[in-house]
Amino acid sequence: MTDLLQLVIYGIVTGSILALGAIGVSLVFSILRFAHFAHGDLMTIGAYGGLIGVSLAGLSPLASIPIAVALAVVVALAAEYLLYRPLRTGSHTVILLISSFGLALILRSAVQLIAGPAPMVYRSGIQLPMRFGDIIIRPDHFWIIGGTIAIIIALHLFLTYTKFGKAMRAMADNMDLARISGIPAYRMIMLTWVIAAALAAVAGVFLGMDTRLHPVMGWRLLLPVFAAAILGGIGRPYGAIVGGFVIGISMEVSTMFIDPGYKHAVAFALLVLMLIVRPTGLFKGASI
Amino acid sequence: MELSGLAGYLVFFLSTVSIYAILALGLNVQWGMTGQINIGIAGFFAVGAYTSAILTSAPNIEHVGGYALPFLIGVVAAIIVSSLIALLIGAITVNLRSDYLAIATIGIAEIIRFVFQNEDWLSHGVRGIADIPRPFYDGHGSGYVFLAVALVSVALTYFLVERARQAPWGRVLRAIRDNEDATEAAGKDVRRFRLQAFVFGSALMGFAGALYAHFIGFISPDAFEPVFATFIVWAMLIAGGSGNNKGAILGAIVVWLVWSGTETLVARLPAEFATQASSARVLLVGVLLEIVLLTRPQGILPEQQPKLIARKKK
Repeated sequence: MTDLLQLVIYGIVTGSILALGAIGVSLVFSILRFAHFAHGDLMTIGAYGGLIGVSLAGLSPLASIPIAVALAVVVALAAEYLLYRPLRTGSHTVILLISSFGLALILRSAVQLIAGPAPMVYRSGIQLPMRFGDIIIRPDHFWIIGGTIAIIIALHLFLTYTKFGKAMRAMADNMDLARISGIPAYRMIMLTWVIAAALAAVAGVFLGMDTRLHPVMGWRLLLPVFAAAILGGIGRPYGAIVGGFVIGISMEVSTMFIDPGYKHAVAFALLVLMLIVRPTGLFKGASI
Repeated sequence: MELSGLAGYLVFFLSTVSIYAILALGLNVQWGMTGQINIGIAGFFAVGAYTSAILTSAPNIEHVGGYALPFLIGVVAAIIVSSLIALLIGAITVNLRSDYLAIATIGIAEIIRFVFQNEDWLSHGVRGIADIPRPFYDGHGSGYVFLAVALVSVALTYFLVERARQAPWGRVLRAIRDNEDATEAAGKDVRRFRLQAFVFGSALMGFAGALYAHFIGFISPDAFEPVFATFIVWAMLIAGGSGNNKGAILGAIVVWLVWSGTETLVARLPAEFATQASSARVLLVGVLLEIVLLTRPQGILPEQQPKLIARKKK
């Protein structure tokens, strides 16, 4: 029983990271109409951006989040200007997918070129874990879960109460209708990238705090992130959050029964099940 | 001596290009003709290689296999197994937009790689399978016979794919790619055609995998990293010309020239730069891919409409 509870806590930590990634994937998928394959590597960029603050300025990983966010947002906007916007005019959206796949490789090899292929950590040494009976929780895990909750509340307030948030939900819901009612589409696209990249960067830093930094850390998480976004329903930010936690907890709890190497297979199995039973996701997202 | 070294390199180069050309032709059926995105080429390639390796290698107590079956049976089995996996993936995603196929294919490729990495009994884990028979290796360091087999394989694949492209079947695939609803309205079973194209392309990838296993004689999960087996093939097809089979082959030659050319360059660098330099090569190919997408999306050899087989009479 305690084993199960312990794994559920790990699952919530993984789920937090997946949820932050999946919100961005879901928004980009619904507003720009393509599966953003560079999203995992945007998380990697965020994680290594955090490393800049940690190693050069001696900040804590959490305090380095603004640097991570700034770096990932710059990369995402540069990709929008140089690749996605020129490609959007005239070609089919699947070209954007191919382009984002190429970008994923570019970002990963750039990270490898600058930081080297070896795994790195924000902080060496062992953190003193907190004990609650038989349950062990690392302080970092508190920060990850708490940070994610704070971000989700902020996002909720933004989407519900601000003009931009409402416009963004309208765009995700029905692009044509939103345009007709006078929502500035391009400005909203930029805003989508800023939010998606910022959340990916935070997810990357959290992932670095949870495990280690490695050039393929984000790419490895891409499949579960997509699974979470589809499970929640494309274009449903709240769905993506639920999807993230469902996938994260299932992946961690599955290690009780099967080899941990097959965590990804669990995410994949859930994805396949969802595609067969209900392709629009739990929260009835866009039927793309 | 110098000349034979050069000839040996050329033989190796052409054999490798042939295997990549078959992969690119397989992707051309899926992407170039039908508009399907397969980000899991590495998975089908690996399944083909391992299937043939397990069936044809000599008995080894550490992992399953060792049936010492002939090369041809290994190749046929490789094609069948990769087709079955493609059928499974295709059946799940055939009703959905191609983005879902892309996501499903990276999933299956990752899982296949994990299986070959973790399941020692099946694939000998990270140590890989050695002693795969190299039936066309004459033992004198030259691979002329294998090269001949590889070239014949490319020619055969090209003939099949080109014939399929010009046939009514290929016409339906292009129609699906360009306007799915109209094709459906014209009474074509879009789902069946799409599934057929995906399975056909993946079968070719499995075929390439089997050739690779018998070419190198040793396989391990490292050889099937997505960078080498998936990304490079995409770069080849996009650069050469999506939808054009000659373009797919030309792309394989050009991109492999760039790739191996930079490798020789990197080999001259001091050892401390070696690991960094290999990522610089991936970066270079990635940037090339983006430049082609932006400036010449049709590739070096653009797609051409096939000649009508029956001409209209006046």
